[in-house]
Amino acid sequence: MTARSRWLDFVLLGLGVWLTWIALFQWAGPEALSPPGATLRRVGEYVASAQFWGHAAATGLAFAYACVVALIGGLALGFALGANRLAGQVGEPILSSLYSIPKITLYPVILLVFGLGISAKVAFGALHGIFPVALFTVGALKNTSPVLIKTARVLRLSPLAAARTVLLPAALPEIVTGLRIGFSTTLLGTLIGELFASDRGIGFILIRAMEANKVLDIMALTLLLFAFAAIANALLLAVERRVHRQ
Amino acid sequence: MMTRVRVLQLALVGAAVLVLELLCRTGIINRFTMIPPSEMVSALADVVATAPWFWSDVSCTLGNLAAAIGLSVLGGFLIGLAVHAVPRLRRALDPIFTSYYAVPTFVLYPLLIVFFGIGPTSLIVLGALFGIVAMVVATMTAIDRIPRVLVKVARVSRLGWLRTALLMKLPAASPHLVTGLRLAVAYSVIGIIAGEFILSTEGIGRRVALAYNNFDNRTMYGLLVLILGFAIAINSGLGAFEQALHRRWYRS
Repeated sequence: MTARSRWLDFVLLGLGVWLTWIALFQWAGPEALSPPGATLRRVGEYVASAQFWGHAAATGLAFAYACVVALIGGLALGFALGANRLAGQVGEPILSSLYSIPKITLYPVILLVFGLGISAKVAFGALHGIFPVALFTVGALKNTSPVLIKTARVLRLSPLAAARTVLLPAALPEIVTGLRIGFSTTLLGTLIGELFASDRGIGFILIRAMEANKVLDIMALTLLLFAFAAIANALLLAVERRVHRQ
Repeated sequence: MMTRVRVLQLALVGAAVLVLELLCRTGIINRFTMIPPSEMVSALADVVATAPWFWSDVSCTLGNLAAAIGLSVLGGFLIGLAVHAVPRLRRALDPIFTSYYAVPTFVLYPLLIVFFGIGPTSLIVLGALFGIVAMVVATMTAIDRIPRVLVKVARVSRLGWLRTALLMKLPAASPHLVTGLRLAVAYSVIGIIAGEFILSTEGIGRRVALAYNNFDNRTMYGLLVLILGFAIAINSGLGAFEQALHRRWYRS
């Protein structure tokens, strides 16, 4: 498969999405959907306005904090459970149960604990991201070849040195996959937090558009979010493929 | 060994609940933030026994959930089959599949409401949209993992295409299909509850939002215990089924 035909596929995919969109618009009418051209223009207006970037910066800040908490917390939890067989067997099912619960129902609890504002957003984002990172880390460590672990013991490495020089490099590909998924879920959590519990940020302008039923704004913001998530995901996927190949 | 792990798990969860109970009872966590876990359970019992809306809201949520799961599993399976049959289409759609869950799908919920009106249809479509892509991807993985040798055995035994599909391919694909089923169920639960929570006229998710808005912490925590317990029970039940199937097919 050459690069050229892959580009052709990509262009055809874009064309297919565009045509489906127009067909849906014809069928549903302007109350339910906005046409593609007008939506793109609205995206352009957003990107050109300073106000939008203020909201984007607020979201970005909360997202960055949430990512740091989720990544460090998830890795620490994953290493703590993955380094010991029994701890892993005990902890992994509990983690996967926690991962599967509809966390949106915990939002009132988060709000009661953290109050309105950035800390609730960060907590909600981190709550979404920490479990996938921890689960993938546990899984990666569990599959590490026993020879490597024995070698570390023979060399009398301290637990910290063993984690840094042996376990981490061996488990890195899987961990990167966990980080990618943690990144997306953290973004999701931060945005949900903003929908309900803030006065700034992309989620806030989205909920305002939802309440006022401004279809064009909702579609434009959805498109922006989709594009951001897809691009970030593609970049992380490229990193992941490179690490897996090594 | 297995029993020891179980005992430790129970002890761990029990200890966490006990610590929470103590923190709440001693007032380190105040009552307006969280009520003690024992009270959450008794609040749930009160709601079940006395609230007139309880059973109708539960059956409404469960009905929507069943419809959403049915749509996403069946639809996801059929789309997965169709897309798998055209490798080039699959490669072209791949970016959508991999970044789908990175986007907060329920931002589409207001559009669905404009489309279908406030009511069960919007909720079911939202739940199905959450679950369907997991099932599509799992179906394609499942077909990829069918051992070649089984297809050859089918040809040697001169099975027709229908019997090949039903007797050979479907059983061999079942472990990964069940993985897809588990994910689709989990995502549909999230979609339905989230949709009810944001905007709806009935359902358990809406009751949580109402209780929260009325500062009725007892009802809210009682219902949260119910929802979380339900989600955990259904996930671990399907998880155990999935593991049993995987063990049967990939015995080492």
